[in-house]
Amino acid sequence: MSDTALVRWVGRGGDVLNRLRDYGVYLALAVIVVFNLVFTDNFATVGNLRLQFVQVVPVAMVALGMALVIGTGGIDLSVGSVMSIAAALIPLYLGYGVWAAIAVGLVAGAVVGLVNGSLVVLGIQPIVATLGLLVAGRGLALVLANGRLVELFDPTLAHLGNGAIVGVPITLLVLAVLAVSLALIMRRAGFGRRLLAIGGNARAATLAGLPVRRTTVGVYVISGVVAAAAGILVTARQGASDPSFVGILIELSAITAVVVGGTPLTGGQVRIVGTLAGALLMQLIVATLIQHNLSDAFARMIQAAIIVAAVYIQRDRGAA
Amino acid sequence: MTETQADAAPVVEVSTVSKRFGGVLALDQVSLEVLPGEVHALVGENGAGKSTLIKVITGVHRPDAGEVRYQGQPVSFARPLDAQAAGISTTYQELNLVPALSVAENLFLGREPTRFGLVDVARMRRDARALLRRYGIDVDVRRPLREFGLGVQQMVAIARAVSTNATVVVMDEPTSSLEPREVDRLAAVIDMLRAHRVAVLYVTHRLHEVFRLCQRVTVLRDGRVVRTTDVSSTTRLGLISMMLGRDVAEVREHGVTSFAGHGGDGRADAPVLRAEGLVRRHVLDHVSVDVYAGEVVGLAGLLGSGRTETAKAIFGVDPVDAGALRLGGRTWRRWTPATTIRAGLGMVPEDRKAEGIVGGLSVRDNIVLAALPQLTRAGVVSEARCDAIVDTFMRRLRIRASSPHQRVSELSGGNQQKVLLARMLCLRPAVLILDEPTRGIDVGAKAEIQALIDDLAAEGLGVLLISSELEEVVEGAGRVLVLKDGAVIGTLHGDDVSEDRIMTMIARASDE
Repeated sequence: MSDTALVRWVGRGGDVLNRLRDYGVYLALAVIVVFNLVFTDNFATVGNLRLQFVQVVPVAMVALGMALVIGTGGIDLSVGSVMSIAAALIPLYLGYGVWAAIAVGLVAGAVVGLVNGSLVVLGIQPIVATLGLLVAGRGLALVLANGRLVELFDPTLAHLGNGAIVGVPITLLVLAVLAVSLALIMRRAGFGRRLLAIGGNARAATLAGLPVRRTTVGVYVISGVVAAAAGILVTARQGASDPSFVGILIELSAITAVVVGGTPLTGGQVRIVGTLAGALLMQLIVATLIQHNLSDAFARMIQAAIIVAAVYIQRDRGAA
Repeated sequence: MTETQADAAPVVEVSTVSKRFGGVLALDQVSLEVLPGEVHALVGENGAGKSTLIKVITGVHRPDAGEVRYQGQPVSFARPLDAQAAGISTTYQELNLVPALSVAENLFLGREPTRFGLVDVARMRRDARALLRRYGIDVDVRRPLREFGLGVQQMVAIARAVSTNATVVVMDEPTSSLEPREVDRLAAVIDMLRAHRVAVLYVTHRLHEVFRLCQRVTVLRDGRVVRTTDVSSTTRLGLISMMLGRDVAEVREHGVTSFAGHGGDGRADAPVLRAEGLVRRHVLDHVSVDVYAGEVVGLAGLLGSGRTETAKAIFGVDPVDAGALRLGGRTWRRWTPATTIRAGLGMVPEDRKAEGIVGGLSVRDNIVLAALPQLTRAGVVSEARCDAIVDTFMRRLRIRASSPHQRVSELSGGNQQKVLLARMLCLRPAVLILDEPTRGIDVGAKAEIQALIDDLAAEGLGVLLISSELEEVVEGAGRVLVLKDGAVIGTLHGDDVSEDRIMTMIARASDE
């Protein structure tokens, strides 16, 4: 017996388990869809499906950015606060035109990401670095907005939030473009490869001469910009800037989506499609419970159980 | 040392055990007897079945056929912990210690001395100190284990295994990170165990240890026992030929290490690498190293002499306080791995797992890792060029993987090492630093890598070779710098390079 033959065999035996870890989210998604088709009235209507998809967009976007951060072995807790900063900036800069306001919001997200990334590169643990901005960011947003909800009456913004192109909601298109771009980056770009190397073995990446710092900062900047974009879309859809509540606790939903989607928290792997499926799964679970008259509080407990289960299934992935 | 206890009943008896993993027969009717008070060597190439056999004995795997008897009784341990409780303890090659815990805590993990239900910390530390002193190790047992070198960590693992009142101790590659001095201590420990009639099953790649420490040896090849014999009735060449399944004459012709001769000492006009007066406080003391094209320069010295530290300083992993590096037509005062790699330097680090491979990525992605910047145009990686590089180097270095897309963590140590070599060689470096290039890999892969180093030097690559196996440095290098306490204490050239000369030099420096 040769060593590689044994290894190949063990690899194949492990494949079954690995597949469950990697594709379990699609199985769960299929189960919940079937359940709803059978037990939920009006589930398979265009209106309902459209609603579910539109509602999942902010979490899915934030989760995609989060997936890259988690791929480096980090985490970004500041995403919800970034959303609120972007939301707070929109009414302040709407006077210069809607696109200018959006640009300011996105730049703000990039700046927060830059700060996060720089702190991480300086050696502060990601959870601590981004926790700081989770707290400080929302504070900043409330200062910017004087803590008030502001109604917005800009037609372009309203169209962005609620309009559709050939029947597909624009917000959903934004999500699709984002997902495809990030998938391409992960698959084809040097940036994506570096990101995975850093998450897999940061020391080895440094010794291979890769620009570890630049890449790490870049990942947090992407997460910040994506979160800001999500904040802007929520604001557009609501027709109001609500920095007190936009994006509250979204970091938890996003992390759940990423982990449930098969991306290990230990870093070194990123699953874009899995993350989207994870976000949709969590959305459908909450929607299903609510439609069957179970409270939102109950939904949260289910969500917690699912994240624990997902992390449990992945527990020895790092060692594999 | 060679008396066999023919009268004693075996303490562990493996009879006609087979173990199949899917289509692969890992163990084929293997029988083995380990007697009390003997040190029994288990040798064979990677994949020969050594690890599987150990795992069957210690309860990690269950045999498909045959049985394991312990002290005369058939046993089937459900878990390694059960085996340990019964008196079979194991030191694994991959250290299973907790780096963040203190040395004392590691020694007594899971069996801490308690007092009124609480851990008796004072007693634990006292016992730990006493225990380690028996191994000649005098360290602050309150410090976290990770602060100590691999050698100390290995000794702690061994001390931990031995201190559990075992009747059988299985040692899997115990010396892979030990210095000659520490191997001496291990030998003393093993003598102590023998005196207490403890049986030792000793797995190793280092054949000279078989002759030094063991009384009997069992050779495995392809899952079968080739032979069990008294060590006194065989030779090193004999063992190698049994392991490889080749003629003694054939092995003799090609030598024990696979270096063709002394690495070329031909001087070009200027060195391709010149490190001048590298200083790092408390670590390096004005170390200067020249490497010429086509030359293999060895760095010899004991653990802590500054070998690895010199390599890391040159490559730019650790910044220096003073000194300069001439490389690629420039003189650097400050440099990092990214700059030295661009200037034509490569390094294969000592700790393959922690600093080398990215376990979750494929063989392919691991090979092209360092070349990514060159393979990327406008941010996009050229897949075609990656494939070409990966194909070339997998062939040239004979990397055995099911495909380039196999995870690198699934490969054997030797193949992982080749992946790391490929990662650096595909950058077409002018100088390559190899820190322990053959540590913990099997005889076959070791020979291939040694032969490769020769070939590369012949093609004009400058090599800086570090190894704790003196014979590797002696046979591989044309010039050897001897280090002690972070300073170069002497240089040996050509025919002057010998293990004796190096050891004498170190000993003399210690007397001063």
